[in-house]
Amino acid sequence: MKAFTYERVHSLAEAAIAAARHPGAKFLAGGTNLLDLMKLQIETPVHLIDIGKAGMNTIVTTANGGLRIGALVSNTNLAADLRIRNDYGVLSRALLAGASGQLRNKATTAGNLLQRTRCPYFYDTNQQCNKRIPGSGCAAIGGFSKQLAVIGSSEQCIATHPGDMPVAMRVLDAIIETINPKGKTRSIPIAEFYHLPGQTPHIETVLQQHEIITSVLLPPPAGGKHIYYKVRDRASFAFALVSVAAILFKDGTGRIAVGGVAAKPWRIEAAEETLNQGAAAFSAQLMSGAQPTPENEFKLKLIEQTLSAVLNEQKD
Amino acid sequence: MILSTAVIVTTTLTSGTINHLSEIAAAPGHQLTESVMSLSVNGVKHALKMDTRTTLLDALREHLNLTGTKKGCDHGQCGACTVIVNGQRINSCLTLALQHEGDEITTIEGLGTPEKLHPMQAAFIRHDGYQCGYCTPGQICSAVAVLEEIKGGIPSHVSNDITVTQEVSNMELRERMSGNICRCGAYSNIAEAITEVYTHSQKQ
Repeated sequence: MKAFTYERVHSLAEAAIAAARHPGAKFLAGGTNLLDLMKLQIETPVHLIDIGKAGMNTIVTTANGGLRIGALVSNTNLAADLRIRNDYGVLSRALLAGASGQLRNKATTAGNLLQRTRCPYFYDTNQQCNKRIPGSGCAAIGGFSKQLAVIGSSEQCIATHPGDMPVAMRVLDAIIETINPKGKTRSIPIAEFYHLPGQTPHIETVLQQHEIITSVLLPPPAGGKHIYYKVRDRASFAFALVSVAAILFKDGTGRIAVGGVAAKPWRIEAAEETLNQGAAAFSAQLMSGAQPTPENEFKLKLIEQTLSAVLNEQKD
Repeated sequence: MILSTAVIVTTTLTSGTINHLSEIAAAPGHQLTESVMSLSVNGVKHALKMDTRTTLLDALREHLNLTGTKKGCDHGQCGACTVIVNGQRINSCLTLALQHEGDEITTIEGLGTPEKLHPMQAAFIRHDGYQCGYCTPGQICSAVAVLEEIKGGIPSHVSNDITVTQEVSNMELRERMSGNICRCGAYSNIAEAITEVYTHSQKQ
């Protein structure tokens, strides 16, 4: 790691102010992604603002019956919360499918949203990567791209967002709440939170400089059957090749988001009207415009077959 | 740039922690940042002065000479560095020592000794739950914490119904232990050792 100075803050508002005061600073929550990247000198903050004990680690029921999840709630605590397990089961399932017990105990809600890609060329600082160094090229295109994006990518970047939790949050219509150094707050629907790579793969979210996530708001429970399928090379402790977060209703309607296929959870609300036509018709709509590589085009069939299995669950 | 001042950073909005950071120039253009902190490990408080970059794993092994905890991958992928912090298992390689001022840390050395083995250690011996032994401290710390997680009602990926507390099957234990890998392949005996301790605890 490159050397850094360190401070601990006691509130997220304080953290935003500290960030504005220290150019080149980063927030340190659980550290399970940031420290990993710092060891490889992919991230090189000169100052760390430790928010690990800055509060915002509880889940509060809101006035309209939804839930406000503090940014620093651990993945374990979020997955284990009885309200989440009972009324937002897809979120609990997605969290439990991710990482390992040790990592879930340390990783936080906001950190999980902001985790960076696992593209092997992003991770290897000897390789060209437009995300790490804008304009340097993309070694993944034409390289080993089995795990990488099939849709929403560009000729600059085919990285995927590796997370499970964000896929479930996308299907739950979560809203991300933030604060900036001036104390100004805003709410960002998760559908609008992530940028696709386009010409600027190094810009991953709409967060402004020094803006910090304080909480994630879930709407009141939608009901329905909650399913999270994760398809991967190992039975545990592996990233998704393809994952599906689904909320299915008895009348045949539902919501679907797919993970492991793009730089953000992939959901097209308009396509959901074709859900009752079956997995093949729906996945053709959802993945229309896909531009897979020869190495990852299997994902398109895999998505269709996974969706078929998911939709069959509703018939039980 | 040569810096000769000691920088003290205080958090002004609330009372509490003052972090002392000293920036020491080791050579022109080379900045070293150290910090002074207190770590509580196995019930004993230690005053430490270390580079801010020191992970909890390196603090334990290099600064406190507690070499039971192992560095397997240093990237959170193998679990050999698993320790218990405030009752929860974490990978000590992916956390800075500085993050744990005020926390209670338990390492394998704190779980038991050759004269007074922790029941999990005794079970690993009885069931031959190791070959080279390198992953073993992490396996044992993880297993001890897993039993607490089960007791605390934490669900798992293989639970059929996450809204209720599960019967602990072999698959449940394997899933919960999936963050601890063993190159020697002692998994089946590790699972049996943990099962024995779990079953015994259920009879209490």
